[in-house]
Amino acid sequence: MRTLNILAVVVSSAVLLAACSSVKLDDKAPVEEGTASTVPANGGADARSVGTVTTGSADPLDDAHGILAKRSIYFDYDSYTVKDEFKPVVEAHARYLSSHKNRRILIQGNTDERGGAEYNLALGQKRAEAVRRAFSLLGVPDSQMEAVSFGKEKPKALGSDEASWAENRRADLVYQ
Amino acid sequence: MMKSVLLRSFGALCAFVILGAVQLAQAQLRVEISGVGANQIPIAIAGFADEGVAPQAVTAIIKADLARSGYFRIIDTGDVMAESANVDFTAWKGRGADALVIGSVQRLADGRFDVRYRLLDTVKAGSLSALSLATQPQYLRVTAHKIADDIFEKLLGVRGAFATRIAYITKVGRDYQLEISDSDGEGRQIALRSNEPIISPAWSPDGGKVAYVSFEAKKPVVYVQDLVTKQRTVVANFKGSNSAPSWSPDSSKLAVALSRDGLTQVFVVNADGSNLRRLSNSNGIDTEPQFSADGQSIYFTSDRSGGPQIYRMGANGGDARRVTFNGSYNISPRLSPDGKTLAYISRRDGKFQLYALDLASGQEQRLSDTVKDESPSFSPNGKYLMYATQSGGRGTLAVVSVDGRVKYRLTMQSGDIREPTWGPFMK
Repeated sequence: MRTLNILAVVVSSAVLLAACSSVKLDDKAPVEEGTASTVPANGGADARSVGTVTTGSADPLDDAHGILAKRSIYFDYDSYTVKDEFKPVVEAHARYLSSHKNRRILIQGNTDERGGAEYNLALGQKRAEAVRRAFSLLGVPDSQMEAVSFGKEKPKALGSDEASWAENRRADLVYQ
Repeated sequence: MMKSVLLRSFGALCAFVILGAVQLAQAQLRVEISGVGANQIPIAIAGFADEGVAPQAVTAIIKADLARSGYFRIIDTGDVMAESANVDFTAWKGRGADALVIGSVQRLADGRFDVRYRLLDTVKAGSLSALSLATQPQYLRVTAHKIADDIFEKLLGVRGAFATRIAYITKVGRDYQLEISDSDGEGRQIALRSNEPIISPAWSPDGGKVAYVSFEAKKPVVYVQDLVTKQRTVVANFKGSNSAPSWSPDSSKLAVALSRDGLTQVFVVNADGSNLRRLSNSNGIDTEPQFSADGQSIYFTSDRSGGPQIYRMGANGGDARRVTFNGSYNISPRLSPDGKTLAYISRRDGKFQLYALDLASGQEQRLSDTVKDESPSFSPNGKYLMYATQSGGRGTLAVVSVDGRVKYRLTMQSGDIREPTWGPFMK
């Protein structure tokens, strides 16, 4: 529903902008013009259209566009440290877990397909453990999290190329 | 030159219909032989008298075993000869056979089959061995393998391993199965079916149970399953990942790799899941523990020095000594039954290949020419290694003799076959 709403806004603005540029070529204040025309557009274009307002969930975890919607942390080749670009994600989930003591998280480590099953399982664990430690440093208690590994057994990308391997060097956060 | 042998015999089909056994309805594994031994013993195997009464083609199974082994050259013969037949040794020598196998099959009143066989030395004009095996119909394949084992032992001085079983994992779509079959890939039976991965099967020393790692609980957990009773025991289900089970030679304990304390480390636990003790203590990964045949040492993979290498420690833990030094990635240690050879997978120039190291001399030999090798496993007579590799983008099983000469593969018609482990000798 939410996605549809946003799509509708984007589409209608695009239509408006297109209309503006084709009609008003010499106007110095297109922004005002545009803004002014948005209001009547509702009634003007289709008087029977209905806009939906969704109250939304109070749980920020359900916000499909919030930072908590990001549940994957990617790693470089042969690397087992959480990169700086994923620190905001880890911090956001740590804050959430700290304020929602009843929630528990599973950190699932993964590797690319190269090498042995058991050694990869241990390497996937090393990635999950890196994320677990980051949570721990941010004050998340052990009782709220578990680091496990899928190794190379449950690849998200099935190819044997660099793009697939990069997609599979990953730890996923799964709320239970 | 690639010699293809399709081991799907008419006899096997009959057995399926007659016995209605709980076997896989899908096609058997296919055997492809691509290398043989340097010296092959020329052997003639006559048809056994009345073998058509049996639901299994006994001599066809014996011939396939000996041919696959790489150490025999089968001399074709249209003859049918009972074990009591008079043999013209000079004539058989003239046909190029150093050894001759003759025999018979008889249906007994109680429904069993009496399989008799005699192994003859045409050079010395004498008998080398004779057996009479009364067999339930469903065990006729095993009986044929036992005769091949006897021929192998009498002529090569090494116990044959044809009558042993293998365990492996198949993956077709999202379905995973732990399967048990004869060493030639025939007689497949499903021990475990799951929608989640299964890895690292390990036979108990008596061949009655298999330990493995199943992801059915959304995380790796170590189970032991009794193959006959289907009873499953959770051996290790601690916080984090539980994996890499390996039996102690006396069956009382399993070494496992657990992440309950952070990074993966080696532990030992009783086979019933009690009395967990930590054995290794490093700042890195310690995994894939393997007991030596005498039970005194544990070999394992560790990245304490950077990349993964193979180490050895006492069965109760303590100081670890590094064993592999060539290459920057050596994993999956497996000890030969005599304890003299270490097999492992090494990555060199981006290729993952099977190697064997003579522990006394330090001599290392590459045994495979495939490039995505995994999970080596010695045959219980120490003559062969089975491992997983890939062919045409699909998982297959490969077998190589420890001297690297004999080579064959077991493939499925669809899906992947992986994680093989060769079972022990059975009574």
